[in-house]
Amino acid sequence: MKMNQLSLFIENKPEHLDRICADLKKYGINIITLSLADTKDFGILRLIVDDWEKAKVSLESEGHIVNVTEVLAVEASHEAGGLSGVLDVIAGTGINIEYMYAFPGNPTTHTAALVFRFDDPEKALALLKEAGLSGVDSVSLFENK
Amino acid sequence: MSTYWNDKNSPMNPISAPDFIPMEQMRELQLYRLQGVVKHCYDNVELFRTRLDEKGLKPEDIKVLDDIAKLPFSVKTDLRNHYPYGLFASSLKDIVRLHASSGTTGKPIVVGYTDEDMKVWTNVMVRSLAACGVSSEDIVQNAYGYGLFTGGLGVHCGAEALGATVIPISGGNTSKQIMLLKDFCSTVITVTPSYFLHVIEVASEMGISIKDLPLRVGIFGAEPWTFEMRERIEKEAGIKAYDIYGLSEIIGPGVGVECSAQNGLHIFEDHFYPEIIDPDTGEVLPDGSEGELVLTTLTKQAIPMIRYRTRDITTIMTEKCDCGRTIRRIKKISTRSDDMLIIRGVNVFPSQIEAALLAVEGTLPHYMIYLTTEHDMDAVEVKVEINSAQFGDTVSAIEKLKAAITNSIKSIVGVSVKVTLVEPKTIERSQGKAKRVIDQRNK
Repeated sequence: MKMNQLSLFIENKPEHLDRICADLKKYGINIITLSLADTKDFGILRLIVDDWEKAKVSLESEGHIVNVTEVLAVEASHEAGGLSGVLDVIAGTGINIEYMYAFPGNPTTHTAALVFRFDDPEKALALLKEAGLSGVDSVSLFENK
Repeated sequence: MSTYWNDKNSPMNPISAPDFIPMEQMRELQLYRLQGVVKHCYDNVELFRTRLDEKGLKPEDIKVLDDIAKLPFSVKTDLRNHYPYGLFASSLKDIVRLHASSGTTGKPIVVGYTDEDMKVWTNVMVRSLAACGVSSEDIVQNAYGYGLFTGGLGVHCGAEALGATVIPISGGNTSKQIMLLKDFCSTVITVTPSYFLHVIEVASEMGISIKDLPLRVGIFGAEPWTFEMRERIEKEAGIKAYDIYGLSEIIGPGVGVECSAQNGLHIFEDHFYPEIIDPDTGEVLPDGSEGELVLTTLTKQAIPMIRYRTRDITTIMTEKCDCGRTIRRIKKISTRSDDMLIIRGVNVFPSQIEAALLAVEGTLPHYMIYLTTEHDMDAVEVKVEINSAQFGDTVSAIEKLKAAITNSIKSIVGVSVKVTLVEPKTIERSQGKAKRVIDQRNK
């Protein structure tokens, strides 16, 4: 269920996002999913990529600062109430979601996957496991190969 | 081979002897030399003669040391107005070296040295290096710029005369600086503090920790730097960081330097007589008071300076120094009155902003201050680089950091500024003197 996410600080200015993406292209790194948090001055680009270790080394060699954060990737059914079902598990426990975003849905399995960063990841992990939810352990499921 | 005494800690090092002479003897020497330099100036520099005549003074009126207060001040514009040779007191035939300051506005300032002046300069530089514990056994990597700037050649002559091994690499070329620090086993580096920070940073990107190298001493000058910056440098590079003071109008580096006590800079007052004045009234203040440093070159031949106003704000310290030197100390200069910014009526020194920034855990000393006019008011933006240690993956973590920096500046400096965090390595690194302020206000 645990997955490594890369995050990068970017100034909120034209072409700054492109500089990072151009470097990913240069090293042949595929983005599986991403989220971009924005404020007036800056943004945080969070990436799940096919090879996070290679991506980190490559981006750092190009002068970017890259942080690695462990996030939880949880599978949910791709239908009304799917996300709600996951959120019900942690509701009432006092755990807060710092941020979340999603993987593209999988039409053949009727599943979707969600990326969570909780303020108490260990407790959240235990609860999700206990509730019998399955996690995503490999990004290869989402690769278009 | 140098014949100078090799025990770096011994006050018996003959070159450093004047640093330890009894105060009464020093005052006697200073009076004798002051009388000499005033006469030399009166006889050879028209501007000085005119100014003395206007006051109805003659060189013979200097009877005691305190009579110096009767003499007129000299200022930087005197040098500009008499560019290039108007203030020289020796004929060009006797001048063996010229240096010039980088004039950012208009003409540079030109200074000359006779053979005797070069000996004095070398002497004070040897004493400076000795005070920082440098000896003939050291390998000195001199990363001050060589050329018209006095920093490079001033340090060079002193280090060579001390008998140290000198690497004349000059400023810039950072990866070569790091290669030589490593391969040549440099034990001492002489450099501007802002450039050395850049060296540390690049070394760490190359996977080299300066801490693991033989480097043990850094002698930093040519720009004001804060105590907080010293702490950072000493911690990150694992060296002792000493402050050296000088200005080309007086001689170049070697006017004053810190010693092992790292508590104030000893002024080589057998050659440079220090006074502290009230910058507004010009009145001489007693030792222990803060004011503008005024220096008189007691032995300079080519271009003597009588009561030169340095624009540097400091205090002459009166307590005896732990190192045993009797020559007086000034407090570390972190403010130049020239650097002072008036922001919405508040006096602000860039060094205060640096100190406020470094007071926040994990920040880097890479910053730039931008001043603009918005709705007829001064607006200040401080751009600060973010580093990996402090970078969280949430907006709130970054906003928290921004708020901490803003509050620190507000409480230390007393003005509200806009803090903008910028991507790593986007603020230009200095290869010499750092530029920290961009003032685009409507004048």
